[in-house]
Amino acid sequence: MVWPEFGRYGRVWSPWREMERLQQDMNRLLSRESTPYSTTFPAVNIWASDQDVIVTAEVPGVDPENLDITVAENVLKLTGSRKPEELKPGEVSHRRERVSGEFARTFRLPYAVDSGKVYASCEKGILKVRLPRAEADKPKKIAIKSQK
Amino acid sequence: MAEKEMQKREASSPVETERTKNMKVFIPRVDICETKDAIVLLADMPGVDEKSIDITLEKNVLTLSGRVEPDTHEGYRSAYVEYEAGDYERAFTLSDEIDRDRIEASVKNGVLKLTLPKAEPVKLRKINVKSA
Repeated sequence: MVWPEFGRYGRVWSPWREMERLQQDMNRLLSRESTPYSTTFPAVNIWASDQDVIVTAEVPGVDPENLDITVAENVLKLTGSRKPEELKPGEVSHRRERVSGEFARTFRLPYAVDSGKVYASCEKGILKVRLPRAEADKPKKIAIKSQK
Repeated sequence: MAEKEMQKREASSPVETERTKNMKVFIPRVDICETKDAIVLLADMPGVDEKSIDITLEKNVLTLSGRVEPDTHEGYRSAYVEYEAGDYERAFTLSDEIDRDRIEASVKNGVLKLTLPKAEPVKLRKINVKSA
């Protein structure tokens, strides 16, 4: 018999459905492979509370002087560069895994921040930026007066 | 900048030993270059300072390990995550003889710089043969 599977699932076997199934399987396989992390430099984490936002970034080897942070409303931009290690004549490179060059990253923060009160520090190759929430953006509690 | 290259690589198996701390271990990215009289190694280890780094050279195996304090923010919720904090570990086999007494290491902005001077070649000693 050529088609012994005929009608096993209550429907006629179709090569197109098989292809579709294969495609779904492939998509599932590929989505599992991809990591949830961004592959851009520098890697950034963002924490938020009701009062402020903390942005941390791994910037090893970046001179804080070569790092620019700009804030407008709820958009944070990180730009900078990391100098490549120049080889002098006679030097031989064995491994070159560290990346160098210019980078620029832009993030949308959960709310508008007060750009005048942004505090940034860079320690041990980790940049930490604290951005307080703009007063105008803070949720206001409305007191309900009871009728006497 | 090439993509994929940027990610921190997680150690596939943190060697044979198991760690007491339940923390991820990452392989630091390194640049190694050889000069006329030394091998210079640069390793990206963000979160590590001079107190939390260990460098050992046993026989010709150089091991780098760095401890990173987990970055916790009390009262904050995580809004976006691209990296995780974790310790660093990596080992290299060195081919040249290294002058152990002159090894220099420094950490700046989360980058370890290690200078491993090559040992002076053993001087030839001429042995005089006396006539009996």
